[in-house]
Amino acid sequence: MIDTSMYKDDPGYNIQELLDKPYDPELADREYNPDKPMAGRLTDQGPPHFEQFFPEVIKKNYGKWLTHEFLQSGVIKYTSETGDVMWVVRCATPRLVTTNLLREIADIADKFCEGCCRWTTRNSLEWHVTDEGTLKELIEFLNNLKHPGGSYKFPIGGTGAGITNIVHTQGWIHCHTPATDASGMVKSVMDDMFEYWNSHKLPAKLRISMACCLNMCGAVHCSDIALLGIHRKPPFVEDDRITGVCEVPLAIAACPTAAIKPATVELADGKKVKSVRVKNERCMFCGNCYTMCPAMPLADEEGDGVAILAGGKISNRITRPSFSKLIVPYIPNELPRFDSVCKIVRQIVEAYEKGANKYERLGDWATRVGWERFFEQCNLPFTDKSIDDYRLAYDTYHTTTQFKWSSHTDKMM
Amino acid sequence: MADLKKHDTPLLNELKKGPFPSFVDDLETRANSGVQCCYDLLGQLELSYNHKETHWKHGGIVGVFGYGGGVIGRYSDAPKEFPSIAHFHTLRVNQPASKFYNSRFLRKLCDMWDHRGSGICNFHGSTGDMILIGTSTDQLEPTFYDLSHQFDMDLGGSGSNLRTPSCCMGKARCEFSCLDTQAITYDLTMTYQDELHRPAFPYKFKFKTSGCPNDCVAAIARACTSIIGTWRDNIRIDQKAVQAYIGGELKPNAGAFSDRDWGAFDIQKEVIDLCPTRCMWMDGNELKIDDRECTRCMHCINVMPSALRPGVDCGATILNGAKAPILEGAQMSTLIIPFMKMEYPYQEFKDYVELMWDWWMEEGKNRERLGELIQRQGLAHYIIDILGREPIPQHVREPRSNPYPFWKEEEVPGGWTRSLEDFRKRHAA
Repeated sequence: MIDTSMYKDDPGYNIQELLDKPYDPELADREYNPDKPMAGRLTDQGPPHFEQFFPEVIKKNYGKWLTHEFLQSGVIKYTSETGDVMWVVRCATPRLVTTNLLREIADIADKFCEGCCRWTTRNSLEWHVTDEGTLKELIEFLNNLKHPGGSYKFPIGGTGAGITNIVHTQGWIHCHTPATDASGMVKSVMDDMFEYWNSHKLPAKLRISMACCLNMCGAVHCSDIALLGIHRKPPFVEDDRITGVCEVPLAIAACPTAAIKPATVELADGKKVKSVRVKNERCMFCGNCYTMCPAMPLADEEGDGVAILAGGKISNRITRPSFSKLIVPYIPNELPRFDSVCKIVRQIVEAYEKGANKYERLGDWATRVGWERFFEQCNLPFTDKSIDDYRLAYDTYHTTTQFKWSSHTDKMM
Repeated sequence: MADLKKHDTPLLNELKKGPFPSFVDDLETRANSGVQCCYDLLGQLELSYNHKETHWKHGGIVGVFGYGGGVIGRYSDAPKEFPSIAHFHTLRVNQPASKFYNSRFLRKLCDMWDHRGSGICNFHGSTGDMILIGTSTDQLEPTFYDLSHQFDMDLGGSGSNLRTPSCCMGKARCEFSCLDTQAITYDLTMTYQDELHRPAFPYKFKFKTSGCPNDCVAAIARACTSIIGTWRDNIRIDQKAVQAYIGGELKPNAGAFSDRDWGAFDIQKEVIDLCPTRCMWMDGNELKIDDRECTRCMHCINVMPSALRPGVDCGATILNGAKAPILEGAQMSTLIIPFMKMEYPYQEFKDYVELMWDWWMEEGKNRERLGELIQRQGLAHYIIDILGREPIPQHVREPRSNPYPFWKEEEVPGGWTRSLEDFRKRHAA
């Protein structure tokens, strides 16, 4: 068992007592007085202690697990030094979920898993059971749950040498800076990659991540394949709004290439205001100015789209963690199903599946065969945009006579 | 229900097809149960699919009394068409460490969020918070009151705050975990509540804790302070189990390669030759490891989890400074403290945190992440002058190749004040 004695006085340690009481929809209306916001206020109590949500088998075997085995994609068997055995079933979720779906999850948890469940870092849902009969029933039950349109509610998979769930951002569903949609792209790519979601047939695990603008709430910069929303038009400057809605010096300071300069401009009514001007040829389309200043929007139907980066990873296994590299600089937003994004992801995944050695991550494969061969085998054009001209660009220069002959050199001969 | 207004969504309807769970179907199912905002959200998203541009306005400062984070203001720029999502603010709610829940909690949370907001959530946001998407300004305080009084829940971090710490599942399920990741995360979250709720930093700050160098929570890519489990004794070997892998009774990598025929397991080719330091070999039927040469990359343990286990003298490797590319380019966390014991109450760790934060709060520019400050003022300065630690070869991938160290005056005999007159006596100009 876990020693939690030191936390017993923490406010978050009595969640079960609170959960015994049904939700009281009138409590806040009764007790909260906007004129006296401090009256009865609870602050800084943090989250409930995690141990209160564990299934019994985890409470008992915490820190005592001996080994694990993937019985099939999405089904993991754990063995403890106490002799206990636990099976875990992993399912995809789209991250964006409604309370309707959460209530269904609660019902499944009650039916099969002592009321418990867990989410992974990559938005998958995990179920814990302790006997094989229940495991079989749970798998069958999950396989039969479908949305009205026919998609699985909880498809099983996402383990081992396959493609697990895509971590992603809000996109047009709920964000003000995106250059593309997140949920729709993830749905489209995962539909296309579904055969890799529920199988173990790749040379190693492959992680796809998605961020809908360069802010990268999804931190996609160390992924085997990163899908990234990008802008390609410099920001507008709304002279008539700018002083009212933003601190002009902060907008100027926000620009990494010093492309934004202060300017006094005359409005249509003859009034002079302090605004800014953007040196368009220096703009790198990062959108950092818009983050600081609502009067500098840069979203644009034709300018925005998707870049694909590849070959990054996080794990320290065999080789160091590494950044994803820019492979395809721009793909237009093709709605609703992002056909070219899906097609290019498939080209990369299939070339990797064919070419990589067992245990070799995508970036390690590309490094071994050479990036010239990578572009060739993925059947993707190499463009000037993949040659770095930002900070630390020199790190990517090719300072050796060792290179491979490829289609790129052949056509020069 | 008669008042419900459904919008035409021909483009989004295409996202109901295919095997992967459809968020469109989920939202529409909820809308059909009588929730207008789900129709309006789909309607506005359809509009974005037509315009290829977002329809959410920039910002809007909203929050709950006394906190400088945890709520993100969100307003539609088409409120006439989609009135029920005109205000559609987000609350970040601090998740229980490693995201285990029970059904009673989930149902009660659903009751609350159906009553106070849209019933739309993210499980979870990228940082780890449970995200409640969509409510109006007048519901923010009551929602916070409900969360704190009826759930013992609290808001997570946003803006220039400590962001909600997160971790992998650690010892709850993983035999590799060298750290009690949940306990560390819970303790740090509780200790630094003030920093989490009241912005006092130059910019965001993230702690993430992974139990081993597989780093399932991506600490090395995302966290200002990455806490990653490791060990300083020897890998534990069960020679019988090694033989079981060689003999084919146990599946390599716990069966992670089961859907392709890679041929019979070859320990030489798949483990020994892939070891980055080549510190393993077979001595007859015995697997030997020169642990002093091991860099703990986890490959051999991942391949043979029933035969090999991390050592028992465990602690954390502490790395600093990861961030996404905005602005100077992406950074990965860099090794700062090779080994630190991580046991309650984590005093040595907290002492280090104080030194780091004091420096960053004093020297950091507006919106400068810790990793950028380390770059700007120098890694050696940070390690030696700020943290008071010895420089060691582990701090660099390789020594610098330029000859430009910033020598300090006290490092040079006689200092920097000298007589030009004497110099010119020796050397005519």
